[in-house]
Amino acid sequence: MEILTDYTLRTVALGALLLGAVSGALGTFAVLRRQSLLGDAISHAALPGIAIAFLVTGSKLPLVLMIGAALTGWLATLLVMQVTRNTRIKYDSALALMLSVFFGIGLVLLTMLQKMPYANQAGLDSFLFGQASSLVERDVVTMAFLGGVTLLATGIFWKEFKLLSFDTDFGTSLGLPMQRLDITLTTLLVIAIVIGLQTVGVVLMSAMIIAAPAAARQWTDRLGVMVLLAMAFGAVSGVLGALFSAGTSKLPTGPTIVLCVTAIVIVSMVGAPKRGLLWRTVRKHRSGRRLRLSAVLMDLYALAGQHEEREHPHALAAIEAMHPRTAQVRHKLLALAERGFVVQTGTAEWALTPAGIREAEHLLKVGADEETE
Amino acid sequence: MQPAIEVRDLTVAYRDHPVLWDIDLTVPAGVLMAIVGPNGAGKTTLIKAILGLVASAAGQVLILGQPYDKQRHVVGYVPQRGSVDWDFPTSVLDVVLMGLYGRLGWLRRPGRQERTQAMDALVQVGMADLAARQISQLSGGQQQRVFLARALVQDADVYFMDEPLQGVDATTERAIIALLRELRSRGKTVLVVHHDLQTVPEYFDQIMLLNVRRIASGPVTDVFTAENLRLTYGGRVGFLKTPETA
Repeated sequence: MEILTDYTLRTVALGALLLGAVSGALGTFAVLRRQSLLGDAISHAALPGIAIAFLVTGSKLPLVLMIGAALTGWLATLLVMQVTRNTRIKYDSALALMLSVFFGIGLVLLTMLQKMPYANQAGLDSFLFGQASSLVERDVVTMAFLGGVTLLATGIFWKEFKLLSFDTDFGTSLGLPMQRLDITLTTLLVIAIVIGLQTVGVVLMSAMIIAAPAAARQWTDRLGVMVLLAMAFGAVSGVLGALFSAGTSKLPTGPTIVLCVTAIVIVSMVGAPKRGLLWRTVRKHRSGRRLRLSAVLMDLYALAGQHEEREHPHALAAIEAMHPRTAQVRHKLLALAERGFVVQTGTAEWALTPAGIREAEHLLKVGADEETE
Repeated sequence: MQPAIEVRDLTVAYRDHPVLWDIDLTVPAGVLMAIVGPNGAGKTTLIKAILGLVASAAGQVLILGQPYDKQRHVVGYVPQRGSVDWDFPTSVLDVVLMGLYGRLGWLRRPGRQERTQAMDALVQVGMADLAARQISQLSGGQQQRVFLARALVQDADVYFMDEPLQGVDATTERAIIALLRELRSRGKTVLVVHHDLQTVPEYFDQIMLLNVRRIASGPVTDVFTAENLRLTYGGRVGFLKTPETA
């Protein structure tokens, strides 16, 4: 319970919790709008902004650096839109272009700064991979304020943001200012990213935007639940990663947090009900088995159709002759018998039961209905 | 009587390439009108340009005699089914409620009254029992009905529908046509992008033939002729039974 008493650890954990929750919430919208890579471009483009903000003001106040980061992050977003609209360059290429150009400029500026005779430029390079242990109370207060504003705005424009993400054109036709809402939501995304840069770093910040929402989507079909889950996943991995790295290991925080969130993603992809791989495999197996069972039942029903009396028994050989995988037929008949659909009438003779006839007729009807749909 | 829709000199261009050229169109109130034309004729673009969803290079649009900007509240829109991501995490009822977002205003969430309205619309399209269903679990016809229900709750006077019969099953097609007729009987005007020439005379009162330019528009009985179709499609519709030859 060090976390409750140790001042540094408490600050670090609180900061990581905030950034995880805020990026999870805004990341959900980014992922649903297929803008995952925009987050990557914004975070990389924030690097020159941090360096410029320090150059201009000489200050390392979190708010000053965050404003610088937000401005260049925003500028990159704007340029991506302009390039996509006015040239033949496609969206993905424009994103990659801005990401690398801005990041390159940022690296050059950082290197220049290291060589300058300032006393306090040290620590700016921790914005590359993040350094949770550098968080102090004043940073966390700034993060909490900006994060609170971001979440509040998301709540205020909740239904509009939902419509923006699902069907922008329909929103426009309703007379809602979709373009301004788009700008607002993108601005909130920029803020969410900027909040996390000091802790996670510009290189891996996009993972906080993408990973937690992607994991959350596996567990729910409701937008509200997805946002809350993404916030929880982001917060948990943020806290765990920050504590690991700030504690004994001296690992860079960004990669450590990303490892934590990756674990959540893997568990979600494999284990989540309905959408998870495990569930899908089991269901596929089950429905395949059901299908093969009903194939044998239908064969028997077809054979019975040749007789006055539907419960007329048939030789196993006759049923096997209708089936490509002969060896399995007896096995399937036993399984059908277990369900009361067929009954063994002789050593190698099988007949439908009344329940089996009803089931076969039901299957026929369901099949016909599915075809008209 | 005041026409429901009047379009004057509407021109849309992508870069230097005209997509719609100098379109004039008058749609009388209370009719079902089909827009038909070959692929790439600009049918969807025409609807989007009228609704201000794509920028037009020139032209004006009047809805019930007033500029469209002032009339958004009397206009309903059914976009193409394929224009949204149906894996979006939301339910059928929630999508229908979106039709009321414009009227709700800022900050207000849909309440009990809105839910009742949305359920009524779902009853009208025969989807009431699927209200709670996640939208990714719908068939194509059911998706289309959800979009129609969303337009119904708007309670508009003029509806624009983009391919509502595209890829739906026969049952849904009958249900949608019944619904369109019901709207007409309540004095609504519906403009429908349509692709099946065979059903035009049965389903619609008026038709617009479009291929970048307006080829012809007016009552189906006057305009839906072999000559006009040839002008619209080139020589590719020789098989068609037109009213004269049928």
